[in-house]
Formats: sequence, structure tokens, C-alpha cells
Amino acid sequence: MYDGGKIIAGIIIGLVLLTFPIWYTHGMAPKRPEVKLPEKEKKCVKDGPYMKTKHMQLLDLWRDSTVRAQKRIFVSEDGRKFTMSLQNTCMSANCHAKKSEFCDRCHNYTGVDPYCWDCHIPPKEEPKEKSEEML
Amino acid sequence: MGVNRRKFLKIAGISTLGVAAKPATDALAFNPKEWLDEKLGGFTPSEILLHFGHKPEGSVPGEALTGTRWAMVVNVRSLDEEIAEACMDACHKVHNVPHIENPKHEIKWLWDEHYENALPGQHHEHIDDDIKKLPFLVMCNHCYNPPCVRVCPTKATYKRKKDGIVIMDMHRCIGCRFCMAACPFGSRSFNWKDPRKYFKDEEYPNPKYPTRMKGVVEKCNFCAERLAEGQIPACVEVAQKLCAEKGKEPALVFGDLDDPDSEVRQVLRSHYSVRRKPELGTHPNVYYIV
Repeated sequence: MYDGGKIIAGIIIGLVLLTFPIWYTHGMAPKRPEVKLPEKEKKCVKDGPYMKTKHMQLLDLWRDSTVRAQKRIFVSEDGRKFTMSLQNTCMSANCHAKKSEFCDRCHNYTGVDPYCWDCHIPPKEEPKEKSEEML
Repeated sequence: MGVNRRKFLKIAGISTLGVAAKPATDALAFNPKEWLDEKLGGFTPSEILLHFGHKPEGSVPGEALTGTRWAMVVNVRSLDEEIAEACMDACHKVHNVPHIENPKHEIKWLWDEHYENALPGQHHEHIDDDIKKLPFLVMCNHCYNPPCVRVCPTKATYKRKKDGIVIMDMHRCIGCRFCMAACPFGSRSFNWKDPRKYFKDEEYPNPKYPTRMKGVVEKCNFCAERLAEGQIPACVEVAQKLCAEKGKEPALVFGDLDDPDSEVRQVLRSHYSVRRKPELGTHPNVYYIV
């Protein structure tokens, strides 16, 4: 092999540069977001693991059931009744009263930007807390 | 190849069976459309697919007002500026309709028109002076045969099978404005601007009802969200309260046109009424007593 030393050195330097982002940021992964669960209401309409992975499908089904089929009352597995409404049920004062402490925490972490809030009105929050959240 | 005798008889036989199927299903009180609707719980087959086979969740609220053909009667003789203003204000507050000065950008669910614009073709120069001054409250007519529904490419605007309300699913509106071209009454408004910018701080939008976003069409929904809670439309409620205070006949009456004892039917029976642009065949469900 002609110029073997140079080639091998080049390959090594190349590999180091290519993997730089991996080893340089090792152990620096941002903390997993912690959502603040409601203080008053202890039980969601479905269990936690389901809501974690499937809340978007549930909201979608709620949306179309209400708007397209005029079915507005959801009955949970343990028989509690809820009005299917993002704005008035999920985000009510007893439940996820602060969007910035619940929805936004995970959505910001994962870089998801759902367009719910283009129309639906998030609960009113004190502007002070909002600015803290943004920092 | 021509149709020979044998083939003709075959086709005739099958056609007869097809034609006979309708009376047969009618006799058995079986309506395939209703059957499918019940099976799918109110979704269309494509909606079922969209939800990976899920039917609509939940049930219709018990307190909901139910009718099969909602209609409104506007008794213009009982209207005055104050009542009309109060009705518009109530409607627009409940539904977070922004107040935009620029007529090119304004959003209207309920507004007042002059006689010649509300009932075009009925106008002549010697008409009663009082009528010229009356505020004709106009809104979406919730037509029995709605042209806006026919043209909507995404079925965002649709007529509810159960009660005939022509309603919009804002999640599906792509803002093409075909419906605005189709509606002969100008009942639809397009959001050229972000409506939220027009809510002043003190009148933070009604937190119970969503706003709209820039780029969708909107219109009166006959207060479908209030009907579901057992309340009559906001404008009717306000108009009836004010008319009672002033000792007038109710200016707005709401009810089920299919129910012969409903308030709307009683009012229509005892007064002469007209509808807007009846010649177009859209069959409006809003009636005017002049």
C-alpha cells in the first residue's frame, strides 16, 4: 500500500471527526421532562401509560365523536362521565390547569408542535410563570 | 353483438329484482342507510378507517335539546336597533367572533341588513317607511338543501343528519372558500386575519368556546354547542328576554319544524312569513315575519 500511514491516519482522523458529536455529548443528554400532574384530580379518563402513548388518538376520537357524531359524553372504564372537551374537561381548573406545566413540557422536549392551540384556548396563566417557563 | 332473447330476459329479470328490493326493504321497515349509520355509530366508513376501526366514543348528552329539523322565525316587527344589537353582541361574544372594522376582513355570524338586501326582489319604491328602518337580522339559513355542503371538498361543512343543522368542522376546513361562493346569502366569513389579535385584553375570549385560526371560513352554527347543553340559541334567549321586558311579541323564535306543536310552527301558522331567496330552492330554515 502506498502512503499507508497517511491513509490510516486520515481514516482515524475522519472517524474521530465523524463520531465527535456522539462522544462529545456523551452523558449530557437533557433530563427527561417531568410533567406536573394535577393536585386535585387523581384519575385521568384512562390509565397513565395509555394516556402517555395514546392521548393523541384519544383526542382525535373525542374530536370526531363530538363534532361529527354529536356524541359528547365519555364514560370511563370505572363509570365516571366526562364531557369530551379538550378545553373544558382536560384543561379544566381541577385537572391540567396549566398548559406550560403539562402539555408543553413533553412537547417542547420532543419538538412536537401540535396545532390544537391555534383555535382552542389554553387556560389563562399568570404571565410571570409563563416567562419563567420560557427561560 | 346484439342482445338476444335469452340475454334480454336475464337482464330484465335481474332489473326487476333490483326494483323490487326497495318496496321489500320498506315493507320490512329496513333502511340500508340508517342501518349502516347505526352500525358505524354516526361515522362515515372513511372516518372509521381514519380511526383504525374505532366507532365514535361516548353518547349523546341526556340534557340535549333534540329536534329533527331546527328552524328559526324572525319577527322583524318586534325588532329594534337595541334588540338587534344585543342579539349580535350575545352571539359574537359566546362564539368568540372578533369585531373587525375593515369590511373586507370582518367576521359575521349574525348581522342586520336593510329590507332590500335581506329580501331582494320584494322591494319597491312605495314600501312602508317603517319597514325601511327595521333591522332585518340575518344569519346562516341552515338550508334544507345547502349548496355550501355540496361544494365543500373536505366535508368540513356538512348537514347533520339528525337535526338538519348545517355545521362546520373547523378541523377539516382548508380555507378554499368554495362555500362562500356557493352560499347565496353571504352567510360565511373568511378569516383573513388572525382573529385572536382582535380580542382586547378585558374581553378575553369566552374560554368555553374555541376561537378560529387565520385561513378558515366560519358561520353561524345555530348554537349547536348550547343545544347540546339543553339551552336555546344565545340570540333567541336575549331577544326573548328583551322583548318580554318591552312587552313585544318575541322577535326570535326557535324550534323544531317537524313538530306540529312547536313554537315555530305555532308562530308560522298564525303569521304570514317569507324566506330569503326561495326561488333558488335551497329551502332556508329561517323564516321572516314582516
